[in-house]
Formats: sequence, C-alpha cells, structure tokens
Amino acid sequence: MYVQLNHITKKFNDYEAAKDVSLGVEEGRMAALLGPSGSGKTTLLRIIAGLEQQDSGDVLIGGKVVNDVPAGERGIGFVFQNYALFRYMTVYENIAFGLRVQKRKKEEIDARVMELIHLVGLDGLEKRYPNQLSGGQRQRVAFARALAPEPSLLLLDEPFAAIDAKVRKELRLWLKNMISRVGITSIFVTHDQDEAVEVADEILVINEGRLEQAGAPIDIYKNPKTSFVAQFIGSSAVLSDFRGLKGFEDVPAGRQAVVRPEFVEAFKSDNEKFKSLIADTESGVITNIAFRGSYLELTLDVNGIQLTTNRSLERRPVRVGEPMCVLIYRAYILNGENTRIYENRRLEGVDIESL
Amino acid sequence: MKNQKKSIVPALLIGISIVFFVLMLVLPLVIVLYRSLKDGLALYIEAITASNTLSALRVTLIAASIAVLVNTIFGLCAAWLITKFEFRGRQVLSTLIDIPFSISPVIAGLAFIMTFGRMGWATPFIDWINDLLGTDIALVFSVPGVVLATIFVTFPFVSRELIPVMQAQGNAEEEAAAMMGAKGFTIFRKVTLPHIKWTLLYGIILCAARAIGEFGAVYAVSKTRGQTFTLTLEVDALYMAGGADSITQAFAVSSLLVIIAVAILLVKQLVEYRAKRNEEA
Amino acid sequence: MKSTHTEANHSSAEQNRRRATTSARQARAKSVIPGRGLTMGVTVTMLSLLILIPLASILTYSFRLSFSEFIELITRQNVVRAFRTSISCALIAALINSVFGLILAWVLVRYDFPGKRLMDAMIELPFALPTAVAGITLSKMYSNKGLIGQFFAKYDISISYTKIGLTIALVFIGIPFVVRALQPVIEKLSPSWEEAAAMLGASRAYTFRRVILPELTPALLTGFGLALARGIGEYGSVIYISGNSEKNGTQVVSYVIMQKLNSGSADYEGAAAIALVLLVISFLLLFFINMVQLAAGRRAS
Repeated sequence: MYVQLNHITKKFNDYEAAKDVSLGVEEGRMAALLGPSGSGKTTLLRIIAGLEQQDSGDVLIGGKVVNDVPAGERGIGFVFQNYALFRYMTVYENIAFGLRVQKRKKEEIDARVMELIHLVGLDGLEKRYPNQLSGGQRQRVAFARALAPEPSLLLLDEPFAAIDAKVRKELRLWLKNMISRVGITSIFVTHDQDEAVEVADEILVINEGRLEQAGAPIDIYKNPKTSFVAQFIGSSAVLSDFRGLKGFEDVPAGRQAVVRPEFVEAFKSDNEKFKSLIADTESGVITNIAFRGSYLELTLDVNGIQLTTNRSLERRPVRVGEPMCVLIYRAYILNGENTRIYENRRLEGVDIESL
Repeated sequence: MKNQKKSIVPALLIGISIVFFVLMLVLPLVIVLYRSLKDGLALYIEAITASNTLSALRVTLIAASIAVLVNTIFGLCAAWLITKFEFRGRQVLSTLIDIPFSISPVIAGLAFIMTFGRMGWATPFIDWINDLLGTDIALVFSVPGVVLATIFVTFPFVSRELIPVMQAQGNAEEEAAAMMGAKGFTIFRKVTLPHIKWTLLYGIILCAARAIGEFGAVYAVSKTRGQTFTLTLEVDALYMAGGADSITQAFAVSSLLVIIAVAILLVKQLVEYRAKRNEEA
Repeated sequence: MKSTHTEANHSSAEQNRRRATTSARQARAKSVIPGRGLTMGVTVTMLSLLILIPLASILTYSFRLSFSEFIELITRQNVVRAFRTSISCALIAALINSVFGLILAWVLVRYDFPGKRLMDAMIELPFALPTAVAGITLSKMYSNKGLIGQFFAKYDISISYTKIGLTIALVFIGIPFVVRALQPVIEKLSPSWEEAAAMLGASRAYTFRRVILPELTPALLTGFGLALARGIGEYGSVIYISGNSEKNGTQVVSYVIMQKLNSGSADYEGAAAIALVLLVISFLLLFFINMVQLAAGRRAS
C-alpha cells in the first residue's frame, strides 16, 4: 500500500470525525473517499495531507510514518474544493508558487510551468488572473499548481463541487485521463456516487467516521457488505415489510430489505416473454410514471409496498393505474450492520440472464 | 495547520498589541481620571456643577440629539435611495455624502461662517426671514450654529452604516411586498426595518459619539462661554485659562466626556454583538 | 478598409450604448419599490442645504481673490510650513498606524487571549472620545513632567510641543481607521489560501508576504487613506500637544485657518484659500480610496 492509515481517530469537540479508521491505497491507483456530508471523509483527506492532526493512529506514505512531517514536506499535491487560487497572482505565478518556494532555478521553473500549462491545455492564458477564468479553467490551474512540485501523491477535495452540472461530466473524464497520464497515486473526496463510480479505480465508502467498505466500484455496487452501503449506493427503496412477497417467504421476521430498480421487473399480463413466470409474480398497480430522459421510472404499489423499476422507452406504453405483473429477482436483506443478497426462491433454476 | 512548529510569533504579536493598546489607549483614560481627582473630590464636584459646565452640557445634548435625529432621517432616505434604485449619478451621490467624513472639521465651521456669518452671502436672506417673522435667529455664533456644525460633521454616519448592509440584503423582499400591494412606509417598517434595526442603532450610536465629541467645527462657530459653548469647548476654555485649578477642572469636565465615551463603546459593543448574532440566526 | 472598420466599430458601440440605455430605462421602469421620488427629494435637499451649499461658500469666498492673490496667500511661509507639517506628520502617523493597525487587527481576529473583547471594544475609543479631551490628556502625558514624557526628558527628548507629540496625537486619532478597515477582511480570509501555500511548502512568513498581504492591501490602503485624510485636517487633538509654534514648525493647517478666523480683523479670504487647498487634498484622498475599493471589488468577482 502506498498510502496507509492505521487506526486513525479524530475528534472535534463532541463530533467524532474518524473512529479507528484503517485503509490503504495502492501506488498508481485513483481512489475515491465516498460518503454523505458530515461523514468525516474530508477530515481523513486533510489528515493524510497534514492539514489536520489525528488524535491517534499513524499515517504512512510510501511506507514511512509521516505523523510529524509538516504538510508542505509530505510530497503531496492538494486541490482545494474552491481551488484556493491566489487571486493576486497570474496563472503562471500560481503554478510557479511551489517551485519558487523551493528556490529552483528560473529557467527550470519556466520550463516546468510552461510544460504544465500545456499539459492542462491553458496555453496562452498564463498572464490571466483567476477572476478572468471560467470554473473549469480554474480547476485546471489548481490541478497544475498542485502537480508543479512533482508530488508523489495527489489529493483532491470535492474537485467538481464548484462546477456547473453541464461542464462537470466533461471535466470528470478530463481529470481521469489526466491523472492516468501523469500516473500519480491520487485520492479524491466526493459525496456523489456517480462521480466516484466514473472516475475512481477504487471506492472507499465512509460513513459516520468509519470505513464501511472498500473495493472496485463494481464490487461495491454488486456486493454491498453493510446496510449503509446497500442503501447509499444506487437508487434504492428500503422496505420494512417484505415477508409476504412471493419467493421471499423464508426471510427472517423483522428484517429490512433494499430493492434496487434493476431488481424489479414489471410486465403486462399478456407478455409473451415472461408467460412462464406469471404464477410467480405479484400483482401491482402503477402509481406514478416519471420520464428520466432515456427511460421511464415506474412506481408500483404491490400490496401496499412501494417499488420502483426502470422501463425502456422501446417497450409498450403504460399508464398510471394500469395493473402490472411484478417480479422481484433479488433483494439485499439487512441484518443490523451487515447485509446479505437474497435471491428469489421461486426463480431457482430459471435462467434469468437470458430474459 | 496544527502540526506547524510552535512559533513565538503569536506571543510576540499579542505582546506588541497589548503594549500599544495600553500605552496609546488605556493610559490616556487613566490620566484623565487621575488628573481630574488630583486635587480632591470637592474641586471635582465644583467643576462639574459649575454653571458654565451645566450650560455646556445642555448645549451638547441639544446639538447631539438634533444631529442624531436629522442624520437618522437623512441616513434612512439616502440608504433607501442608493440601495433600492438605479439612477444616473448614484455613485457620485454616495461619494458626496461621504465628504464630511474626510474633510477637516475646521472647514465645516468655516463653511457656515462664510454662509451665514457677518459677511456671509446668505445673511441678508436670514435677516429678511427674521424681519418677516419678527424673530432674531442667528445661524452662527449661536446655538443653531453649533447644531448646524454638528450635523455637518456627523452627516454620513448613519447612511454609511446602512448602505452596505442594505446592499447585501438585496431588494427581493421589498419587491415581493410591493407586488402584494404594500405601501412604502409599511414595506419599510415591516420588511426592511427588522433587517437593519441593529445596524441603524449602531449608526446612531456612532453619530451620537461624534456629535458629543465634536470640537473643531463648533469651535469656529461658537464664541460665548456659558451660552453657546459645548462640553468640549468648556474643556478647552478651562484648559487654556492655564491656572493649576482650572486645568484640573478641565480634566474633571473631560472625565464626564470619558464616561460618556466609554458608555457609548459598551453599548456599541453590545449592539454589534447582537447584530452579529442576528445575522447568523 | 480602415475607415469601414472604424465605422463598424462605431456603429456597434452605438448599438451597445443604445442597448445599455434601454435596459437602464427598463430597470428604472421595472422597480416596483416605492419611495424613489420622496427619498431622492429628501436626500438631495438635505445634502445641498447642509453640506454642499456651505462648502460652496468657501469656493465663492476664495474666488473673490485674484489668482495671484490666491497664490500669494497659500505660498506664504507659515502656510507652506503648516501644510508641510500637517502632511508629513499625518503621513508618518498613517504609516505607523498601518503597521500597528495590521498587527492589532490580525491579533484580534486570529488569536485568543484574555482581555481580547475589551481590546476590541476599546480600539474605537479615539472615535468616541472627544478630540479635545484626547488632546489635553496626551499633551500632559507626554510633557516633560508627564507620566511618559519624564522618561524621555531624561535623555533631553521633548515630546509635547514638538512634531513628535503632534505625530503621536495623530497615531491616537488614526488607529481605529486601519484596524476597522482590516478586521472584516481578515475575518473573511479563507483559510484555504494559507493551507494551499503550506501544501506547496511555503513558510508562514513567505505565505504572509506573498499570499496574505496582497489580499489585505486594498483594506490596508483604505485604512491608511482614511487615517491620512483625518490626520491632515485634524484640529482638536493636535492643537494642545503641538504647541502651535510657527518657529518650531508645529502649526498645522487647521490651526492656521482658525487663527485667521479668530484674529482681530478676521481674514476670511485667507482662511477660504487655505481651506480650498485642504479640500482639494481631501477630495484627492477620497478619490484614491474609492479607486482602491473599486479595484479590489473587481478582483474579488
């Protein structure tokens, strides 16, 4: 592990921002610290950076304990949430700042700054001041400034929070490409799961000062280990009364369940493809139809339980109040802190994939 | 930033600040009180109950109250005009309002003498009004002159405080109220005033403080001790008389002004604190 | 070719202007908030009657002088000396205040220590304390027998009745201008700038010089300008401690004006001429402060 946290705790007055957190990020990887606001993810990032001192535990970078190394000497580049560009310096001076601090030779600084300006695609803007740049351009400057002193680790605090939704997607891709081109180990903080899934090689889900789960985005999505992750990732409906549904009769009493839209199939009773399964379906009624751009989101009432499913626009039209056959493939059954996938018993032996 | 090496810089800066603060601001206060009581309580009481002192106190209070009243009305109107409407010359107007803040108070006194004084161009006009009404109002070397000079030097104090706050507040709430048919004064009272009341009070306090303490401007337009003198002029007269007793008396009268000043600062601090809390809420 | 270019530019500028005026007119018509006429009337009337017309009197008075008379009056030795004294002492005091004001404002915002709130409240004492009271107190305090003056007297240094005393009085008067201009700016200074500099390896001193000081400069200049403007025109606090000696060059401009008013044959023209020069200096400073704030506002956007 290139970056490692061992048993980190941190308290701000009464608020526990980190409760015995241990995690690691391998060299060359891009990791996301994902969690809701107030989960302590930013605090962890700041502890790695040295901007915040942990109460106990060790921070290791490149195998060395850096607890007592000041922020500026840890070899870390940091991109701040609002970029914190120096307003009274030009783009050039901002990027050169870290190099000038190191008292590098003028020609060397010049070469490095121009190289970075070219890398981030801001050629010709070096004499501009931050207030003369767009949000996206500012992010590029912040990125270049952090990279200028050739850090071995890049940390980014909510790098897309200050950017218009429109430009955000484009910048995500840009940043991902840029970081893999530079090949630097990086960790970024986000509360947006789409962002984490799209940009990161690895996601670390943080909640209430704890690491809930770490793994590749697809693993986290498919196999949520804790009830928090099951609920936080994906657009999930949490059901408290679940036992009555066909195929789930064996679920122990009093358990909550999380059902994602993609776990639910709804079809009309005259559907040819699903004909053989009609006996295993519940009957439901469409209570709401929301157009989501490329698909429809249906809300179904099944014996008083609210479920959602996504429906392709290619399929036959539906209307509110229409009765549907509802099939639930699987659910995450929550058991205290933990979670477990529970497949629909009645579908055992049925080749769901081919449907 | 907490893992920065422990530095002596904060201690050093706090030290410098405290030394400067004590030497420049606290010590003078102590000296006023010490000097005023140096020759005993009897002389102190005699000084602050002398007829000249009482007359001066009266003039000071009259001038300060009128100045506060006039400048509050002006400040509210000017702030409303400048923050609620777009018009040509708005920037110029707000600069003009600030003039008294940056010019010598002596110039203020001079301006009134040259307008209403013996050779002032407005004097015939004032005489004509006096003839007409059968009155005998003089606008310089009189209490009205003192009042005018005091208004002049404190003119921008209320508007200066109100304008930035009202600007930050924006016009949305007032526009909403107006759309619902509220009349001007109702909008002001129900919508605007609750947002600015602490700021308004703050401006009034600053205005009062400056009005009570004004010296240069009133010095120019007030000549009669015991009639048109304010407390600060009385201090000057006692001090310039030069005798040991009268200097002590000057400090005794000064101590009254010190008490007023400190009281104003305390109220101001309280108001500021309230305003800040209001803002956060 | 060239001429068509200019013409094109011209017409587009014309269009822009027309568009700007229409939108301004629309904005004017659009305002639903009442009270425009009333407040405009009250504001302009009061401003004219109480401030502008009296000030204009000074102008008309000084215009009774011919140009050469005017020049002769304001270049008299005592007048020139008074200006030199007022400006130099106010300049030095404003510089001293910039240094200590910066330290005080920084300490009041960034550090905690016992008595901080008291200090914060008392910083404005010079605003609240009548200048005459400050004047007589400082002049006694720094006289050769005074609490502080006696220490300096041992080394044959007089403070009261010299330019040093005069400058000290102006430091007293000016300090709140600088502190109050800086405090809100330091409060709003985002910690992320300092953190960004620290992440890039900069020392505290380097960060202060290169990152913080540029952020504070507009406020510092504003405070400096206000303290300077106040110092140049100051009367009450300086006349006791300066000694008003023409020989020692401790007469300030305000004193010279007052002297002309109070002398047996009141010299109104002379007073008006000097006042006019003082007014021009004040306006220039006011203009300077407005420019600084405008520039700072632009950078902040």
